[in-house]
Amino acid sequence: MIPAAFEYHRPTNMDDVIALLTKHGDDARVMAGGHSLIPMMKLRMAEIPHLIDLQDIGGLQDITIHGQRVTLGAMVTQHELINHAALTEVAPILRETALQIADPQVRYMGTVGGNVANGDPGNDMPGLMQCLDAQINLAGPNGARSVAARDYYEAAYMTAREDDEVLVSVSFDSPKSGYAYEKQKRKIGDYATAAAAVTLTKDGGTVASASIAMTNLSDVPVWSEGAGAALIGTRCDADALKAAVEAMLGDIDPTEDNRGPVAFKRHVAGVILKRAITRAWDRA
Amino acid sequence: MTQKMHIKLTVNGEDREFLAEPRELLIYALRETLNITGPHVGCETSHCGACTITLNGKSVKSCTMFVAQANGAEITTIEGLGSPDSLHVLQEAFKEHHGLQCGFCTPGMITRASKLLEENPTPTEEEVRFGMAGNICRCTGYQNIVKSILAAANELNASKEAAQ
Repeated sequence: MIPAAFEYHRPTNMDDVIALLTKHGDDARVMAGGHSLIPMMKLRMAEIPHLIDLQDIGGLQDITIHGQRVTLGAMVTQHELINHAALTEVAPILRETALQIADPQVRYMGTVGGNVANGDPGNDMPGLMQCLDAQINLAGPNGARSVAARDYYEAAYMTAREDDEVLVSVSFDSPKSGYAYEKQKRKIGDYATAAAAVTLTKDGGTVASASIAMTNLSDVPVWSEGAGAALIGTRCDADALKAAVEAMLGDIDPTEDNRGPVAFKRHVAGVILKRAITRAWDRA
Repeated sequence: MTQKMHIKLTVNGEDREFLAEPRELLIYALRETLNITGPHVGCETSHCGACTITLNGKSVKSCTMFVAQANGAEITTIEGLGSPDSLHVLQEAFKEHHGLQCGFCTPGMITRASKLLEENPTPTEEEVRFGMAGNICRCTGYQNIVKSILAAANELNASKEAAQ
């Protein structure tokens, strides 16, 4: 419950954040909503000599929609995302996912950027960002760069972000047509036993395009290219669902924990993916 | 030892200033420095919501915020919602509908419910249950908490209508 002491920094611009990160290296960490970092600090699983609070950095709270392109600032909270009518209009899967994350209090504080940057495979946004083929936008001492969400996650808590970089926003094209985020969990606020993000489009009576990503079924989120491909050209019937599940099962690598043994998680992953595809198809 | 910071908060309409280490959790600053002991500590993993307060218009678990982060904030706790002589509508409803037993979750419950009703004045039972999902209760089984909040919503809406 009692975190170790730290030096607190509350800069007002990104240059100062990066200067602090450059100066203190591994001894410094940025904090967004604090709802993953503070719990880890309270358990002394993270000791951060220099804590950099991002709350006063301008621009990080912006939700920008330009035509089909959506950009979410890193400090946009789950609560703001849920209540943003224009965002829900162009990308309703964001709201559907966010409502399955944590609880009301956590959603007032927890941010999109923190969820995406954290690197815990339990987080829901990383799989969603892979499903949407989002770009993750970073700022660092050498300027800005973007990494595809599908290339961003390397291992549990290991991402493509360097220690002196800050995740400033995520961008993606508005997912048109069918969508679903389906999550199996033990209770409110739990990380997924298995979850699936699905977007697809329909042309005539068949699937024209599909993207599928799975949450908490490996040490990273899993974008299953094969699962999406298995649906394309089909009428999304039982055989197509079965083929997509088979492909997905070839890509995940769950581990046993309190949520169940590996065989159970693989079973649940199949059930959840079928439900998600069916719902996305009905909406397409 | 890190240096103490000069912290300013507005708590229940009153300006408070004190010194605190940045690592001090807001709940402890409220309880131990400011002697506002309504908000409670029920866990160390940010699940229970017994420490819930309203901070700058948000329902916040004050165990998951450093006092440094809250510097400059405006805070309402259960103590700011009503007084024994003049109960808040929610406090009256929790009493009337037996929405509490040991009372340990109650300050967080009522503070959260006040924000919920502000954002959604006419919630369904399902919306109340979902909107209160960040607050755990060991005693009531939630049923009477839901009744209390729905009753308070009716009460607030009736008095709003009467005022028009």
